[in-house]
Amino acid sequence: MIRIDNLVKAFGAKRAVDGISFSVEKGEVLGFLGPNGAGKSTTMRIVTGFMPPSSGRASVGGFDVVDSPLEAKRLIGYLPENAASYPDMTVRAFLEFVAELRGLDGAARRKAVHRVVELCFLESVLNQSIDTLSKGYKHRTCLAQALIHDPQVLIMDEPTDGLDPNQKHEVRNLIRELGSSKAIVFSTHILEEVDAACTRAIIIDRGRIVANGTPDELHAMSDSAGAVTLQARGATEERLSQLGRVEKLNGAFRIYPRDKASAGQLAQEVVEMVNLHGWKVEGMYSERGELDEVFRRLTLPDTVKR
Amino acid sequence: MRVIWTLAKRELGAYFTSPVAYVFLVIFLLLAGFFTFTAGNFFERGEASLAAFFAWHPWLYLVLVPAVGMRVWAEERRSGTIELLLTLPVAPWQAIVGKFLASWIFLAVALALTFPAVITVNVLGDPDNGMIAAGYVGSLLLSGAYLAITCMTSALTRNQVVAFILSVVICLFLILAGFNPVTDLLVRWASPSVVDVVAAFSVVTHFDGFQRGVIDSRDLAFFLSVIGFALFATGVIIRSHRAG
Repeated sequence: MIRIDNLVKAFGAKRAVDGISFSVEKGEVLGFLGPNGAGKSTTMRIVTGFMPPSSGRASVGGFDVVDSPLEAKRLIGYLPENAASYPDMTVRAFLEFVAELRGLDGAARRKAVHRVVELCFLESVLNQSIDTLSKGYKHRTCLAQALIHDPQVLIMDEPTDGLDPNQKHEVRNLIRELGSSKAIVFSTHILEEVDAACTRAIIIDRGRIVANGTPDELHAMSDSAGAVTLQARGATEERLSQLGRVEKLNGAFRIYPRDKASAGQLAQEVVEMVNLHGWKVEGMYSERGELDEVFRRLTLPDTVKR
Repeated sequence: MRVIWTLAKRELGAYFTSPVAYVFLVIFLLLAGFFTFTAGNFFERGEASLAAFFAWHPWLYLVLVPAVGMRVWAEERRSGTIELLLTLPVAPWQAIVGKFLASWIFLAVALALTFPAVITVNVLGDPDNGMIAAGYVGSLLLSGAYLAITCMTSALTRNQVVAFILSVVICLFLILAGFNPVTDLLVRWASPSVVDVVAAFSVVTHFDGFQRGVIDSRDLAFFLSVIGFALFATGVIIRSHRAG
């Protein structure tokens, strides 16, 4: 549905987006990660037709966003950063306005408004003007706007920004649900959202893609992927270091596999050693790998890298 | 067309849900009345016409039209709703025309509310109503020209005050280029042909005909081309922002 090919966007001498290519198909939820200023919003603005690219192409549903912008825009639902909407309008008037611009009329419009109001829990504020709403409601109003024409492509710039934990949870569930029938791209810098909602994630830094994979693949890029954390009475660092490099954590040990190939057997080896020495196990976990660490390693400037 | 009307309806709604619209209408009518009856010596003229009323319009609009139009694009940019608007299936020119029309309709409403002046002269005497109608057409076109210029300056900045000042300056120039005290001054240095060219850019020169009851195609063309040019420039400015 979304195809981006070698996209470049330069602001003066600075290249905000520097040769990004990827594609998203129906049924995929792509998480777009990266530090502030990495080029996430700029990429989304190009795909939604708000800004033309300096070079490269972007197309949605086969329509190039520069050559046939209106056709491309019809397919897209877009939640811009900060979820701006017209403060003087009521929620109902705003949604009807967007529905009308989307070409929905009469009964179809009423139905569409009703559907998104339910989907985004807006019944209670329907006749309130938007500037009197709390941030969470404003955000959901703008999300409802993006969903009003049941778009095939949904692009969201930080959809959970500024929401409370319950609302974040709801939005993530919504994204996951919608993901089965749409192509979704959303940006975030909250790493848990990758696991919570994405089928695939891209990490970008300074305008370039530095990682592209499923959440599991990204986890596996971490140093700690496959490591075993053991908390056991009697355990000693000396013995455990026979199995691999050992790190002492708060009352526990983390054993790193010698190499990625032996990672699978590490847990088994640890269990054998525990049995052999009769240690009393209080806790034992196999580490999936920390996205946090992968993210930092990939996006910190070279000078700060370990 | 439908898209333009949808956008214009929203804009008009925005005017009338805020108190600004009513404040504007009251001030406009008060000032129009003041200029006509007090500063314009309406009664001392001893003639049944609205000449005293229309003569002040270039000056009255100079402040009031930029006040109406300054928010049109500046506010969209400041609040970020421009990103929402231009990612909906709306062509930029549709948005530009829709917003312009909405503000112009608002100004037309304000102008229409001066109808008591028409009634007054009809009660007091026997005016040439065709001349008055031509005056209204001219006045509406004049406000449209100022408004289009204000749309343009509004697209230049996210600060409404800057948009206001810029458009007042540009409109002031368009008045002064044909304002008699200024042209009299120019005649001393420049040849009459140069003065005529400069005066041809002035709204005053072109508004004169309407006040005398003449709708000249050249005057019509002048106002429409100012509107067309300013709205085209608005489109260029908006595109250049997005191009970065």
